[in-house]
Amino acid sequence: MMEALIQKMRQTARDLLAQGQVEAVYGYTQGSAPMACRPFVARTPEETDRLWWDEFCVLNLVNFLPRGTEGRYAVVAKGCDSRNLVVRHQERQLDLKEQVTVLGVPCQGMLEPELIRKATEGREIDIREVRIEGDQVKVSGPGFELSLNKAEVTRETCLTCRHPNPVVESVLLAEKVPEDPDRDKDARVREVEALAPAERQDFFRRLFSTCVRCYACRNACPLCYCNLCFVDESKPQWLGKSIEEADTLTYHFLRAYHCAGRCTDCGACESACPVGIPMRILTRKLEKDIKEAYGYEAGLDIEVQPPLTVFRPDDPENFMHE
Amino acid sequence: MFARRKFSAAKSLLEFMGLEPGRVHFSWCSSAEAERFATLAKKVVGEVAALGPADYMAKAPLDKVAQ
Repeated sequence: MMEALIQKMRQTARDLLAQGQVEAVYGYTQGSAPMACRPFVARTPEETDRLWWDEFCVLNLVNFLPRGTEGRYAVVAKGCDSRNLVVRHQERQLDLKEQVTVLGVPCQGMLEPELIRKATEGREIDIREVRIEGDQVKVSGPGFELSLNKAEVTRETCLTCRHPNPVVESVLLAEKVPEDPDRDKDARVREVEALAPAERQDFFRRLFSTCVRCYACRNACPLCYCNLCFVDESKPQWLGKSIEEADTLTYHFLRAYHCAGRCTDCGACESACPVGIPMRILTRKLEKDIKEAYGYEAGLDIEVQPPLTVFRPDDPENFMHE
Repeated sequence: MFARRKFSAAKSLLEFMGLEPGRVHFSWCSSAEAERFATLAKKVVGEVAALGPADYMAKAPLDKVAQ
Protein backbone atom coordinates (compact mmCIF):
# COMPACT_ATOMS: atom_id res chain seq x y z
CA MET A 1 0.00 0.00 0.00
CA MET A 2 2.82 2.34 0.92
CA GLU A 3 4.53 1.69 -2.44
CA ALA A 4 1.32 2.44 -4.31
CA LEU A 5 0.92 5.66 -2.35
CA ILE A 6 4.48 6.75 -3.08
CA GLN A 7 4.06 5.96 -6.78
CA LYS A 8 0.85 7.96 -6.95
CA MET A 9 2.48 10.82 -5.01
CA ARG A 10 5.44 10.95 -7.41
CA GLN A 11 3.29 10.63 -10.51
CA THR A 12 0.89 13.36 -9.40
CA ALA A 13 3.73 15.64 -8.42
CA ARG A 14 5.54 15.00 -11.70
CA ASP A 15 2.43 15.81 -13.73
CA LEU A 16 1.70 18.97 -11.76
CA LEU A 17 5.24 20.26 -12.24
CA ALA A 18 5.51 19.17 -15.89
CA GLN A 19 2.24 20.87 -16.76
CA GLY A 20 3.31 24.00 -14.95
CA GLN A 21 0.32 23.90 -12.61
CA VAL A 22 2.56 24.35 -9.59
CA GLU A 23 6.03 25.74 -9.04
CA ALA A 24 6.95 23.42 -6.22
CA VAL A 25 5.78 20.28 -4.45
CA TYR A 26 6.29 20.16 -0.70
CA GLY A 27 6.75 16.61 0.53
CA TYR A 28 9.20 14.36 2.31
CA THR A 29 12.28 12.47 1.24
CA GLN A 30 14.14 9.59 2.83
CA GLY A 31 16.66 10.55 5.46
CA SER A 32 20.12 9.09 5.87
CA ALA A 33 18.88 6.63 8.49
CA PRO A 34 15.60 4.79 9.15
CA MET A 35 12.91 6.81 10.96
CA ALA A 36 14.50 10.08 9.83
CA CYS A 37 12.67 11.18 6.71
CA ARG A 38 12.84 14.90 6.15
CA PRO A 39 10.97 17.68 4.40
CA PHE A 40 11.77 18.02 0.73
CA VAL A 41 10.72 20.44 -1.99
CA ALA A 42 10.59 19.17 -5.57
CA ARG A 43 10.86 21.98 -8.11
CA THR A 44 11.42 19.94 -11.30
CA PRO A 45 9.63 16.82 -12.60
CA GLU A 46 12.87 14.83 -12.17
CA GLU A 47 13.15 15.69 -8.50
CA THR A 48 9.79 14.10 -7.76
CA ASP A 49 11.52 10.69 -7.80
CA ARG A 50 12.95 11.62 -4.44
CA LEU A 51 9.54 12.06 -2.81
CA TRP A 52 8.89 9.55 -0.06
CA TRP A 53 6.30 8.49 2.46
CA ASP A 54 6.47 6.37 5.60
CA GLU A 55 5.23 6.35 9.20
CA PHE A 56 7.80 8.92 10.28
CA CYS A 57 6.64 11.86 8.15
CA VAL A 58 5.73 13.84 11.26
CA LEU A 59 7.12 17.29 10.61
CA ASN A 60 4.24 19.50 9.54
CA LEU A 61 4.98 20.72 6.01
CA VAL A 62 2.64 23.69 6.37
CA ASN A 63 5.42 25.18 8.48
CA PHE A 64 7.70 25.23 5.43
CA LEU A 65 5.31 26.88 2.97
CA PRO A 66 6.05 30.36 1.69
CA ARG A 67 3.82 33.01 3.22
CA GLY A 68 1.63 35.22 1.13
CA THR A 69 -0.66 34.66 -1.81
CA GLU A 70 2.04 34.66 -4.52
CA GLY A 71 2.89 31.46 -6.35
CA ARG A 72 1.21 28.10 -6.66
CA TYR A 73 2.39 24.93 -5.04
CA ALA A 74 1.34 21.45 -4.01
CA VAL A 75 1.74 20.08 -0.51
CA VAL A 76 1.46 16.59 0.93
CA ALA A 77 -0.91 16.66 3.90
CA LYS A 78 -2.29 14.25 6.47
CA GLY A 79 -5.47 15.07 8.37
CA CYS A 80 -3.75 17.35 10.87
CA ASP A 81 -1.60 19.07 8.24
CA SER A 82 -4.64 19.75 6.07
CA ARG A 83 -6.29 21.43 9.05
CA ASN A 84 -3.26 23.66 9.39
CA LEU A 85 -3.71 24.68 5.77
CA VAL A 86 -7.25 25.71 6.69
CA VAL A 87 -5.96 27.69 9.68
CA ARG A 88 -3.44 29.50 7.47
CA HIS A 89 -6.21 30.31 5.03
CA GLN A 90 -8.47 31.60 7.80
CA GLU A 91 -5.60 33.78 9.00
CA ARG A 92 -5.02 35.13 5.47
CA GLN A 93 -1.54 33.62 5.21
CA LEU A 94 -2.34 31.78 1.98
CA ASP A 95 -5.19 31.25 -0.42
CA LEU A 96 -6.12 27.61 -0.11
CA LYS A 97 -8.55 27.67 -3.03
CA GLU A 98 -6.40 29.49 -5.59
CA GLN A 99 -2.89 28.62 -4.58
CA VAL A 100 -2.59 25.22 -3.05
CA THR A 101 -2.95 21.74 -4.51
CA VAL A 102 -3.38 19.43 -1.54
CA LEU A 103 -2.02 15.91 -2.00
CA GLY A 104 -4.06 14.30 0.75
CA VAL A 105 -2.82 11.28 2.67
CA PRO A 106 -5.37 9.46 4.85
CA CYS A 107 -3.24 8.82 7.92
CA GLN A 108 -2.97 5.48 9.67
CA GLY A 109 -1.04 6.95 12.57
CA MET A 110 2.59 7.97 12.74
CA LEU A 111 5.15 6.15 14.84
CA GLU A 112 7.30 7.50 17.65
CA PRO A 113 11.01 6.83 16.92
CA GLU A 114 11.95 7.24 20.56
CA LEU A 115 9.69 4.35 21.60
CA ILE A 116 11.18 2.14 18.87
CA ARG A 117 14.72 3.05 19.92
CA LYS A 118 13.91 2.20 23.52
CA ALA A 119 12.48 -1.16 22.49
CA THR A 120 15.83 -2.15 20.97
CA GLU A 121 17.39 -1.98 24.43
CA GLY A 122 20.57 -0.18 23.52
CA ARG A 123 20.89 -1.31 19.92
CA GLU A 124 19.23 1.76 18.42
CA ILE A 125 22.40 2.72 16.58
CA ASP A 126 22.21 -0.60 14.69
CA ILE A 127 18.67 -0.13 13.37
CA ARG A 128 18.84 -0.61 9.59
CA GLU A 129 15.23 -1.11 8.68
CA VAL A 130 11.82 -0.37 10.14
CA ARG A 131 8.81 -1.66 8.23
CA ILE A 132 5.13 -2.25 8.91
CA GLU A 133 3.51 -5.65 8.56
CA GLY A 134 -0.15 -5.49 9.50
CA ASP A 135 -0.33 -4.38 13.12
CA GLN A 136 3.31 -5.21 13.73
CA VAL A 137 6.40 -3.05 13.31
CA LYS A 138 9.47 -5.05 12.27
CA VAL A 139 12.71 -3.47 13.43
CA SER A 140 15.90 -5.08 12.22
CA GLY A 141 19.65 -4.62 12.12
CA PRO A 142 22.78 -6.76 12.20
CA GLY A 143 22.05 -9.71 14.47
CA PHE A 144 18.56 -8.77 15.59
CA GLU A 145 15.00 -8.51 14.45
CA LEU A 146 12.21 -7.25 16.67
CA SER A 147 8.50 -7.40 16.18
CA LEU A 148 6.66 -4.61 18.01
CA ASN A 149 2.98 -4.00 18.46
CA LYS A 150 2.24 -0.99 16.26
CA ALA A 151 -0.19 0.61 18.73
CA GLU A 152 2.53 0.56 21.41
CA VAL A 153 4.96 2.59 19.32
CA THR A 154 2.42 4.99 17.80
CA ARG A 155 2.61 8.66 18.75
CA GLU A 156 0.19 9.60 21.48
CA THR A 157 -1.41 12.33 19.39
CA CYS A 158 -2.14 9.84 16.59
CA LEU A 159 -3.70 7.35 18.98
CA THR A 160 -6.23 9.99 19.98
CA CYS A 161 -6.68 11.52 16.49
CA ARG A 162 -10.22 12.40 15.47
CA HIS A 163 -9.50 13.53 11.92
CA PRO A 164 -6.95 11.26 10.21
CA ASN A 165 -8.39 11.99 6.75
CA PRO A 166 -7.52 15.30 5.10
CA VAL A 167 -10.31 17.86 5.58
CA VAL A 168 -9.43 19.36 2.21
CA GLU A 169 -7.81 17.55 -0.65
CA SER A 170 -7.27 18.16 -4.34
CA VAL A 171 -5.93 14.67 -4.95
CA LEU A 172 -6.38 11.80 -2.52
CA LEU A 173 -3.34 9.51 -2.58
CA ALA A 174 -4.97 6.51 -0.89
CA GLU A 175 -8.30 5.19 0.34
CA LYS A 176 -9.78 7.07 3.27
CA VAL A 177 -9.37 5.46 6.67
CA PRO A 178 -12.16 5.03 9.24
CA GLU A 179 -12.37 7.88 11.73
CA ASP A 180 -14.00 8.44 15.07
CA PRO A 181 -14.89 12.11 15.61
CA ASP A 182 -15.82 11.44 19.25
CA ARG A 183 -12.53 9.87 20.27
CA ASP A 184 -11.40 11.04 23.70
CA LYS A 185 -8.42 13.37 23.35
CA ASP A 186 -8.58 14.81 26.83
CA ALA A 187 -7.84 11.95 29.22
CA ARG A 188 -4.39 13.28 30.13
CA VAL A 189 -5.66 16.83 30.55
CA ARG A 190 -8.37 15.64 32.93
CA GLU A 191 -5.77 13.77 34.99
CA VAL A 192 -3.77 16.95 35.46
CA GLU A 193 -6.88 19.06 36.09
CA ALA A 194 -7.79 16.70 38.91
CA LEU A 195 -4.61 17.57 40.81
CA ALA A 196 -4.49 20.30 43.47
CA PRO A 197 -2.96 23.64 42.35
CA ALA A 198 0.31 22.98 44.19
CA GLU A 199 0.56 19.52 42.65
CA ARG A 200 -0.04 20.93 39.19
CA GLN A 201 2.64 23.51 39.75
CA ASP A 202 5.01 20.74 40.73
CA PHE A 203 3.94 18.65 37.76
CA PHE A 204 4.78 21.42 35.28
CA ARG A 205 8.04 22.34 36.96
CA ARG A 206 9.18 18.76 36.58
CA LEU A 207 7.75 18.49 33.07
CA PHE A 208 9.79 21.45 31.83
CA SER A 209 12.85 20.94 34.04
CA THR A 210 14.85 19.45 31.15
CA CYS A 211 13.91 22.18 28.65
CA VAL A 212 17.02 23.72 27.07
CA ARG A 213 15.05 26.57 25.46
CA CYS A 214 16.16 25.64 21.97
CA TYR A 215 12.73 26.74 20.66
CA ALA A 216 12.48 23.69 18.39
CA CYS A 217 8.82 23.36 19.47
CA ARG A 218 8.19 26.86 18.19
CA ASN A 219 10.23 26.42 15.02
CA ALA A 220 8.45 23.20 14.09
CA CYS A 221 5.00 24.69 14.66
CA PRO A 222 2.95 25.67 11.60
CA LEU A 223 1.12 28.25 13.74
CA CYS A 224 4.32 30.11 14.69
CA TYR A 225 4.91 32.27 11.66
CA CYS A 226 5.37 35.72 13.20
CA ASN A 227 8.18 37.73 11.65
CA LEU A 228 9.47 38.52 15.10
CA CYS A 229 8.65 36.13 17.92
CA PHE A 230 8.22 37.52 21.42
CA VAL A 231 11.04 35.28 22.67
CA ASP A 232 13.50 36.90 20.25
CA GLU A 233 12.57 40.47 21.01
CA SER A 234 15.02 42.49 23.05
CA LYS A 235 13.25 45.87 23.20
CA PRO A 236 11.33 45.13 25.30
CA GLN A 237 12.70 41.82 26.42
CA TRP A 238 9.56 39.97 27.43
CA LEU A 239 11.35 37.14 29.14
CA GLY A 240 14.86 36.09 30.04
CA LYS A 241 16.93 34.02 27.65
CA SER A 242 18.38 31.59 30.16
CA ILE A 243 16.94 28.32 31.42
CA GLU A 244 15.75 30.02 34.59
CA GLU A 245 12.66 28.12 35.71
CA ALA A 246 10.32 31.13 35.78
CA ASP A 247 11.41 32.10 32.24
CA THR A 248 11.05 28.58 30.92
CA LEU A 249 7.55 28.21 32.36
CA THR A 250 6.60 31.64 31.03
CA TYR A 251 7.90 30.67 27.60
CA HIS A 252 5.87 27.46 27.51
CA PHE A 253 2.77 29.20 28.82
CA LEU A 254 2.97 31.86 26.13
CA ARG A 255 3.94 29.55 23.30
CA ALA A 256 0.92 27.38 24.04
CA TYR A 257 -1.36 30.37 24.59
CA HIS A 258 -0.51 31.81 21.17
CA CYS A 259 -1.86 28.54 19.72
CA ALA A 260 -5.23 28.78 21.49
CA GLY A 261 -8.10 27.94 19.16
CA ARG A 262 -5.63 27.25 16.35
CA CYS A 263 -3.82 24.06 17.34
CA THR A 264 -4.65 20.93 15.35
CA ASP A 265 -2.60 18.69 17.65
CA CYS A 266 -0.30 17.61 14.81
CA GLY A 267 2.38 16.95 17.41
CA ALA A 268 5.24 18.53 15.44
CA CYS A 269 6.32 20.35 18.63
CA GLU A 270 6.80 17.14 20.59
CA SER A 271 8.40 15.36 17.65
CA ALA A 272 10.92 18.19 17.28
CA CYS A 273 11.81 18.34 20.98
CA PRO A 274 15.35 17.09 21.53
CA VAL A 275 14.70 16.16 25.14
CA GLY A 276 11.25 14.62 24.72
CA ILE A 277 9.08 17.04 26.71
CA PRO A 278 5.37 16.24 26.23
CA MET A 279 4.40 19.92 25.95
CA ARG A 280 1.21 19.11 24.04
CA ILE A 281 -0.52 18.90 27.41
CA LEU A 282 -0.75 22.72 27.36
CA THR A 283 -2.19 23.08 23.88
CA ARG A 284 -4.54 20.15 24.59
CA LYS A 285 -5.86 21.97 27.64
CA LEU A 286 -6.55 25.10 25.58
CA GLU A 287 -8.25 23.16 22.81
CA LYS A 288 -10.38 21.35 25.39
CA ASP A 289 -11.45 24.67 26.93
CA ILE A 290 -12.20 26.17 23.51
CA LYS A 291 -14.24 23.16 22.46
CA GLU A 292 -16.23 23.19 25.69
CA ALA A 293 -16.90 26.93 25.62
CA TYR A 294 -17.43 27.54 21.89
CA GLY A 295 -17.86 24.07 20.35
CA TYR A 296 -14.94 24.71 18.04
CA GLU A 297 -12.17 22.49 16.72
CA ALA A 298 -9.41 24.20 14.77
CA GLY A 299 -9.04 23.95 11.01
CA LEU A 300 -12.09 21.92 10.09
CA ASP A 301 -14.00 24.46 8.04
CA ILE A 302 -12.55 27.14 5.82
CA GLU A 303 -15.66 29.32 6.11
CA VAL A 304 -15.90 29.44 9.91
CA GLN A 305 -14.36 32.33 11.84
CA PRO A 306 -11.75 31.19 14.40
CA PRO A 307 -13.18 31.43 17.93
CA LEU A 308 -10.75 34.02 19.31
CA THR A 309 -11.46 36.45 16.47
CA VAL A 310 -15.18 36.65 17.16
CA PHE A 311 -17.47 36.89 20.18
CA ARG A 312 -21.03 36.38 21.24
CA PRO A 313 -22.73 38.64 23.77
CA ASP A 314 -23.55 35.62 25.92
CA ASP A 315 -20.02 34.16 26.01
CA PRO A 316 -19.21 32.67 29.41
CA GLU A 317 -17.81 35.23 31.84
CA ASN A 318 -18.06 33.31 35.08
CA PHE A 319 -14.27 33.73 35.42
CA MET A 320 -14.69 37.48 35.96
CA HIS A 321 -15.69 39.63 38.92
CA GLU A 322 -19.29 40.72 39.05
CA MET B 1 -15.81 41.41 24.03
CA PHE B 2 -13.10 39.79 21.91
CA ALA B 3 -10.80 40.05 24.88
CA ARG B 4 -13.25 38.16 27.08
CA ARG B 5 -12.56 34.92 25.21
CA LYS B 6 -8.82 35.51 25.35
CA PHE B 7 -8.85 36.32 29.06
CA SER B 8 -10.92 33.26 29.76
CA ALA B 9 -8.37 31.01 28.01
CA ALA B 10 -5.42 32.76 29.66
CA LYS B 11 -6.80 32.47 33.17
CA SER B 12 -7.71 28.85 32.70
CA LEU B 13 -4.26 27.95 31.38
CA LEU B 14 -2.45 29.88 34.12
CA GLU B 15 -4.42 28.08 36.79
CA PHE B 16 -3.93 24.78 34.98
CA MET B 17 -0.19 25.35 35.26
CA GLY B 18 -0.51 25.74 38.99
CA LEU B 19 -1.13 29.40 39.69
CA GLU B 20 -3.40 29.46 42.74
CA PRO B 21 -6.99 30.56 42.18
CA GLY B 22 -7.21 34.16 43.40
CA ARG B 23 -4.08 35.49 41.73
CA VAL B 24 -5.60 36.30 38.36
CA HIS B 25 -8.52 38.71 38.23
CA PHE B 26 -10.58 40.16 35.42
CA SER B 27 -13.42 42.60 35.51
CA TRP B 28 -15.28 45.10 33.38
CA CYS B 29 -14.84 48.67 34.53
CA SER B 30 -15.65 51.90 32.77
CA SER B 31 -13.54 55.05 33.10
CA ALA B 32 -16.67 56.66 34.55
CA GLU B 33 -16.94 54.14 37.38
CA ALA B 34 -14.40 55.48 39.84
CA GLU B 35 -16.05 54.02 42.89
CA ARG B 36 -16.41 50.58 41.30
CA PHE B 37 -12.76 50.69 40.24
CA ALA B 38 -11.61 51.51 43.77
CA THR B 39 -13.75 48.76 45.27
CA LEU B 40 -12.46 46.19 42.78
CA ALA B 41 -8.85 47.26 43.25
CA LYS B 42 -9.18 46.85 47.01
CA LYS B 43 -10.74 43.44 46.56
CA VAL B 44 -7.99 42.27 44.19
CA VAL B 45 -5.20 43.57 46.41
CA GLY B 46 -6.83 41.97 49.43
CA GLU B 47 -7.14 38.57 47.80
CA VAL B 48 -3.63 38.55 46.40
CA ALA B 49 -2.15 39.77 49.67
CA ALA B 50 -3.93 36.99 51.51
CA LEU B 51 -2.17 34.46 49.27
CA GLY B 52 1.20 36.00 50.06
CA PRO B 53 4.18 36.41 47.74
CA ALA B 54 4.45 34.00 44.80
CA ASP B 55 8.03 33.03 45.52
CA TYR B 56 7.95 30.30 42.93
CA MET B 57 7.59 32.95 40.25
CA ALA B 58 10.61 34.91 41.45
CA LYS B 59 13.92 34.40 39.74
CA ALA B 60 16.98 33.49 41.74
CA PRO B 61 19.22 36.51 42.48
CA LEU B 62 22.14 36.83 40.09
CA ASP B 63 24.77 35.90 42.67
CA LYS B 64 22.92 32.64 43.35
CA VAL B 65 22.72 31.79 39.64
CA ALA B 66 26.48 32.25 39.27
CA GLN B 67 27.23 29.59 41.89
